[in-house]
Amino acid sequence: MEQREEAAETFRIALDGVSLRRGHREVFRDLSCGFRAGEISVILGGSGAGKSTLLRVIGGLTRPDSGAVRVAGRDITRLSERDMFTVRDGIGMLFQGGALLDSLTIFDNVALPLREHTELSEREIHAAVARRLTAVGLPETEGLFPRQLSGGMNRRAALARAVVNDPEIVLCDEPFSGLDPLNVRRIESLLMDLNRRLGLTLLVTSHHLASSLRMADRIVFLRRGGALVGTPEALLRSADPEVVAFLSAESEAGSR
Amino acid sequence: MIGAIQRLGNRSVGIVEELGRMTVFVAGVARTLAMPPYRLRRIVDEVYDVGALSLAIICLSGLTVGAVLGLQGYYNLARFGADGSLGAVVGLVLVRELGPVLTALLVTGRAGSAMAAEIASMVTTEQLDGLRMMSVDPIDYVVSPKALAMGIAMPLLNALFIVFAFVGGYLVGVSYLGLDGGQYWTSLEEAITVADDIAGSLLKSLVFGALIAVIATYRGTTSEPTASGVSAATTGTVVTGSVVILVFDYVITALWGV
Amino acid sequence: MQSSPIRDLIVGLFVVSGLLALAYLTFQVGGLSLRTRGGFTLYAAFDDIGGLKTRAPVSVSGVKVGQVTDVELDDWLRARVTLDLDPGYELPIDTTARIQTSGVLGDQFVALEAGGGEDMLRSGEEIEFTESALSLERLVGKFVNDAGLEED
Repeated sequence: MEQREEAAETFRIALDGVSLRRGHREVFRDLSCGFRAGEISVILGGSGAGKSTLLRVIGGLTRPDSGAVRVAGRDITRLSERDMFTVRDGIGMLFQGGALLDSLTIFDNVALPLREHTELSEREIHAAVARRLTAVGLPETEGLFPRQLSGGMNRRAALARAVVNDPEIVLCDEPFSGLDPLNVRRIESLLMDLNRRLGLTLLVTSHHLASSLRMADRIVFLRRGGALVGTPEALLRSADPEVVAFLSAESEAGSR
Repeated sequence: MIGAIQRLGNRSVGIVEELGRMTVFVAGVARTLAMPPYRLRRIVDEVYDVGALSLAIICLSGLTVGAVLGLQGYYNLARFGADGSLGAVVGLVLVRELGPVLTALLVTGRAGSAMAAEIASMVTTEQLDGLRMMSVDPIDYVVSPKALAMGIAMPLLNALFIVFAFVGGYLVGVSYLGLDGGQYWTSLEEAITVADDIAGSLLKSLVFGALIAVIATYRGTTSEPTASGVSAATTGTVVTGSVVILVFDYVITALWGV
Repeated sequence: MQSSPIRDLIVGLFVVSGLLALAYLTFQVGGLSLRTRGGFTLYAAFDDIGGLKTRAPVSVSGVKVGQVTDVELDDWLRARVTLDLDPGYELPIDTTARIQTSGVLGDQFVALEAGGGEDMLRSGEEIEFTESALSLERLVGKFVNDAGLEED
């Protein structure tokens, strides 16, 4: 696994020399990496490696102290929150806890992006939401509130919300944690389907190695010295001590 | 010594920064309220939380406070043979002072704390970030409807509190202590004027409502995304809110003589 | 968004009851009158109105028939009081307006005493016969002064 220099324009999303400190902790130091359009990139790394923070930086939720973050060619680190909205129209994000609004029903949650940003009729919204909810395997939950569903079901509903207005980029923060094997497969094939059929660019953070290896076109391994980028095969062959330690710990723990 | 001065300077800079952030926050709330979408649905739901759910405690407290005023007023006025002015005393004290202040304190404890806790827990569960990622401004969607609902509910709750307190005073003064009912109402109505007393009462409750709305929503949105952050936001709202209400009550009374 | 009819109803009831309370305070307690000079208006000039204020009651034989709406100085520096009476009362032209005090230290009000004239006062007219406020302080002062003079 090697760090390859590529022309910036081949990347849909590119980080260039990003540094971020949280209090006394250094989350990123001079991190540079890129994510290509139409690929599934799985971001691996131990906990505390900054996987979730990386997604937050790309989504513009967390501003890095220095460096540039280019999404579709625009450096978002200098955009105001309002300009950021135009960038985010093309991004869907699945948060680790789902982040569904608990005052709204599942239906209203998934319909929210459509109601806010499109002129669709209530009928069309209903059809679009029902289609997404069926795809994530939650066909009959429309009238329920998030607190009435399990954490895994909330996450699936949140995924439906993240893709409901057909974004080009979907950021998924730990979509598999806490899911049973059946639902891991279901979400996995859903994500792969979105990628293959609609050409979505997917960034998935995970420490679920088996599914990562199955679905990833490219693996981004976050470690203290920066990011290692390569194919899943390259990851398995890597001699980097941190990667080796991660892989052996993962195989000991079994497939979680 | 130098360390102490340094800390003082640090604190001062911190306070100025905080005030600056607060100003930006308030400006954001004002802007989203002035511009479409107006989110009537959200506002109605929030008025339910702030107003309708506070109704019971407001009415009960009003009745009790009015009854106590009736009792205290009667005993003290009777010493000067002026118990006929009970209505005036009860009315003026309630309309000018106790109505707005007690309503605001009760609403801070009942609805302001809930408001801060709800927003803070939305921060903890990344719901506000979720809205941002959907290109929805959390100020516009979450904060402004809550703030406006507080502004709408406060004068109404204040009026209800005062009316219930009048009744409380009547029950004690007239039904229990045997004053003349007609005299109670006449003395009350003659003592109170629209321009000074009622308008002042309304002004106070509007100012208090705006203050609590800003404090509760600001503390909520700026809370740490942890469980202790939620509780800190809640406690902070009640403590800061109560003190600010009392301070502003004095300021308004001193400036406009209400 | 899903509507919740019961919740909406409760919010509606809350807002209506709050507005009613506010209206009660404003119009009944506060005495704000929507009818502007629609009633029966009389004027009366006094040498001294004592502590008479606007909203003080106006009564005939102890029955309240209206209130003082304005107090100002006229061209001869007398206190000109505007009385707003409920419509429907007929007062003779030689009615006397007197400023009285309820009790020894109570509030002051305007007492009207009907005369025996044939003609009736019309709205906007001035009551000619007036008696100023009896000031307790002045009474006491006068009494002390008189006593002092006698001693002299």
